[in-house]
Order: sequence, then structure tokens, then C-alpha cells
Amino acid sequence: MIGLEHYLIVAAFLFVIGIFGIFLNRKNVIVILMSIELMLLAVNINFVAFSSFLGDLAGQVFTLFILTVAAAEAAIGLAILVVFFRTRGTIAVDDANVMKG
Amino acid sequence: MIGTDLTVILPELVLALYAMAALLWGAFRGKDAEAPLLFWLTPLVMAGLGLWIALEPQATASAFHGGFVSDTFARFSKVVVLFSAAVVLLMSADYLKRNKLLQFEFPILIALSVTGMMMMISAGDLMSLYMGLELQSLALYVIAAFRRDSARSTEAGLKYFVLGALSSGILLYGASLIYGYAGTTSFAGILAAAKGEAHLSLGLLIGLVFMIVGMAFKVSSVPFHMWTPDVYEGSPTPVTAFFATAPKVAAMAMIARLLFDAFGTATGDWTQIIALLSFLSMVLGAFAGIGQKDIKRLMAYSSIGHMGYAFLGLTAGTAAGVQATLIYMVVYVTMNVGVFAFILNMERDGQPVTEISALNMYSEVEPLRAAALMVLMFSLAGVPPLVGFFAKLFVIQAALNAGWVWLSVAAMLASVVAAYYYLRIIYLMYFGEKQAPLDGSMPAIHWAALMVAAFFMLAGVVSMFGVDTWAGAAAASLLN
Repeated sequence: MIGLEHYLIVAAFLFVIGIFGIFLNRKNVIVILMSIELMLLAVNINFVAFSSFLGDLAGQVFTLFILTVAAAEAAIGLAILVVFFRTRGTIAVDDANVMKG
Repeated sequence: MIGTDLTVILPELVLALYAMAALLWGAFRGKDAEAPLLFWLTPLVMAGLGLWIALEPQATASAFHGGFVSDTFARFSKVVVLFSAAVVLLMSADYLKRNKLLQFEFPILIALSVTGMMMMISAGDLMSLYMGLELQSLALYVIAAFRRDSARSTEAGLKYFVLGALSSGILLYGASLIYGYAGTTSFAGILAAAKGEAHLSLGLLIGLVFMIVGMAFKVSSVPFHMWTPDVYEGSPTPVTAFFATAPKVAAMAMIARLLFDAFGTATGDWTQIIALLSFLSMVLGAFAGIGQKDIKRLMAYSSIGHMGYAFLGLTAGTAAGVQATLIYMVVYVTMNVGVFAFILNMERDGQPVTEISALNMYSEVEPLRAAALMVLMFSLAGVPPLVGFFAKLFVIQAALNAGWVWLSVAAMLASVVAAYYYLRIIYLMYFGEKQAPLDGSMPAIHWAALMVAAFFMLAGVVSMFGVDTWAGAAAASLLN
């Protein structure tokens, strides 16, 4: 029997993979965009699982909002990536180093 | 029903519709010939809305089943956000024109982000909080990369986007846990679910920690501040000025709203987290600013430190603490508007200059501007008898009254350390070495903003112009 906790564990795993994808990846920025997407989808699994478990629709409504925002976010991320590529000629994470943080 | 809901959100509606109409108009007319008009019209609309919200006496109202709350706290924060955004926008037109960046999208993006800020200030539900936050953030990501042909600006945009999206994801994960364990997304429902027990249940607590982490990113509080210096340095200066003012107020108001409206019964649980953020921000802001050579980077560390002091008021968990935080934010915004009015006009031979060393002996070039900047720097450092000192005094008092002795002592020590880099600017301006002077002229609007900000730092000691009493009413409305 698959219960709430299984969904939560899967979501937690995906979320952590997303976070590690952002911090460990040194290759290129598109992987970061994918990791961000993964994090948001993990959250969506959480919301839908809770929503179904609680018998409350608000979680699923929230999920739809998140999906919409994720699409807008990906569009803006890619747009920024394109202007970054135009000025630098690379999308490697290590090359984002004009300013030292 | 829907009619009353719409009257409650009318200011947001007007601004959103204005932004969309302006976007359509700009797109149809093509080119950037319409840009100067929009640079005047948008601040006018925002200032008009600010006046409307300030003057319209209204009791607490909520719309959309509690998803949107309009109380004195929301109105106070909205007025601060609207006016600071309007002033910064008015000041940015001149800089953008000089650097060939005068495009009509800029005021529209600012208007959209301000709409988002008003949403998140008024949020009464996790959903409206998230939607407001994203509307604000998405617009800000774009304007950080506004100078498309500059490696620095696009890099700033990229860094801000990646870390901002990460923080949104973390915030959402927290929201999902809170939803799961409270069974509802409305703040009132969460408050009811958390009521009656001494401590939050583990699920709610973890969710709250995730949400605080996500929001600490937005106010650039240590240890989630890494993006701030790079984004401040890389973005065009008007964008930096905007980042340092309105979004900070909105995010701080959003944090206060969530903590008190949804978790007001569990102050003992979250004050410790806020105290840690406050302590780290104050200390790092003070020490990391010391070695900076770029004034925009310096202002980034300065704002990190100031956010620590604003958090100090929230750690008290009382109405007095919230009042102190609100006053602190108003003073902080006023000082930053003044300082950025100055930074926007640091030029040599038509090129923007941001090195601090360029200020050497500036007092001989422009004595009046140097004096105004000196007043603002003293106020930022918290030197009595300027208003910056009293703002710090209020938050420290609130924290002390709530029993945070070590934190209050740390706050005072950190302000002593931070005074070094503010005083160094004054030292350079008055006792530095002679060198090629800055020759940027100053448009009337910038001059007025600089002088008015400096004047408030002096005159505010006599009277805060009603800001303190209004902040008190706002804090009282939040805690009920």
C-alpha cells in the first residue's frame, strides 16, 4: 500500500537532488534551470499528496499556480541566459566570475 | 461579494492595469520614443496611489476569503514602497538617458514589481504570498540584467535569477509542509491550527524554517546574502538603488506578516531563528564592508547590516518591536534614496565612477553635496543626534525589553565596527588626497532627493512627521 509518506519521501529526494544539482554542477547553467524545475515539481508532488490526503482542494489549486509561475520563471531564466551567452560566449557556471562574490 | 473584494484590491488593480496598458501602448508605438513620458507617468501613478492609500481612512478589510488583507500595517508598508519606488524611478530616468538605456520597459517592469510587492505585503494566504513574491521577483530578475550588452549586468541578472529561484523553491517547500500539517493555506487557519500548544508541531516548525530561509534570501540576510554584493555591483546604478529600497521594505513586511499573522502564537519558536539571522547579518555587514573599494558593493554590505537591525525589532515579538522595525525601514529607505541620488551622479568625463577613492577631497569640488552626503553617512553609521541613531535605538530598546541582552550588546558593537566604513567616506571627502575631481553635474530631482533625505535626518530628531505614531498603529493592527 502506497501511503502519504511514500509520496513525501519521493518529493524530498527530488527536492534534494534539485538543490544538489544547483550547487554541485560546475558545467553549465541549463542544468541549473533543470534543477530549479525539479525542485518546483517536487514541491508540487508534496502539495498534491497532501491535498489528496487531506481531501482539500486548495493544494491542487496551489499546484496549478506553481506550474504557471514555473513556466514564466523558465522563460525569464532562458532569456537571461541568452543575453549572458551573447556577452560572454559561454554558459559555463565557472565563467560567471567577472565579479568576485 | 466580488464587488467588495474588488474595492479592497483597487489600488493593486489600478497599478496592474496601468502597467498592462502602458506595455500595450509602448509595444504598439514601437521604439523608445514614448519612454520619457512613461518615466514621468509611472512615478506619478505610484505616488498618486500612495497618497490615496495614505489619506483614505479605512478599517481592516479582507478580500477573497482572507487571501488578501488590507489593514493599517499593509497600508503603511505600501505607502513606503510606492513612494520610494516613485522617487527612485524619477531619479533613474536621467542616468539611463546618459547611458543610452532609456527604454520604455523599465518603468513598466518597476510598476509590475511594485504590484507584486503590494500583493505580498497584503497576503493573507500562502498562495497570494507566493504569487505576489514571484511577480515581484520575476520583474526584478529582468531589470537586474537590464544593460544587455554588459557582462557585469547580465552576470548579475543570472546570479540573482538562480539564487532567487532557489530561494523561491525553498520557500515553496516550506509552504507545502505548512499546508500539509495545518491542513489549510490561509494564515488565519494556520494560526488556529497552531493554537493551544506551547510549541509548534514538528511539521509546522520545519515548514516555517524553510519559509524563513526563503524569505531571508529576499531581504539578503546572512547566511543567505551571497547574491547581494554581486547583484548590487553588476546592475545598472538605478536598479541597485531600487533593489536597496522598495523590495527590502516589502520583503520585511511580508516576513512580519507571516510570522505574526500565521505563527503569532508561537513567538518563542521563531524569535530564536530571527535572532540568529539578525546577529549574523549585523556582524557580517559590519566586518565585510571594511575592505570594499566599490561604493555599490559597500552599500550592499551596508544593507545586509541594516537588515540585521530591522530583524532585531522582530526578535522582540511585540508590537513595540514591529513598530521599531517599521520606523527603521522608513529611515533606512530615506537614507538609501539620498545616498543613491549621490551615487547616480558620480561621474568623471561622462563615465560613471563607483570607486570610493574617487571621493577624495570631494568637499572642495561640491561643498554642499559633500555636506549632505556626510549627514547621510553619519546617519547610516548611527551617530547621534541623527535619525539613524534613533532608529537603531528603538530596535535595540525593543529587543532589550524582550530580554535579548546579548543580541543588543552585539548590535551596539557591530554598529561601532560598521561606523568605520561610513566614516572613511567622510574622511576621504574632507581630509583625503587631492586628485582628478568628479565632475558629474546633478539634475534638480537628484539634488532635491539628496537634500531632502539629509534634511530629514536632521529634522527627524525634532519630529518624525507622524511616521512613528502611524508605525505604532500599523504594528497594533498587525498583532490583532
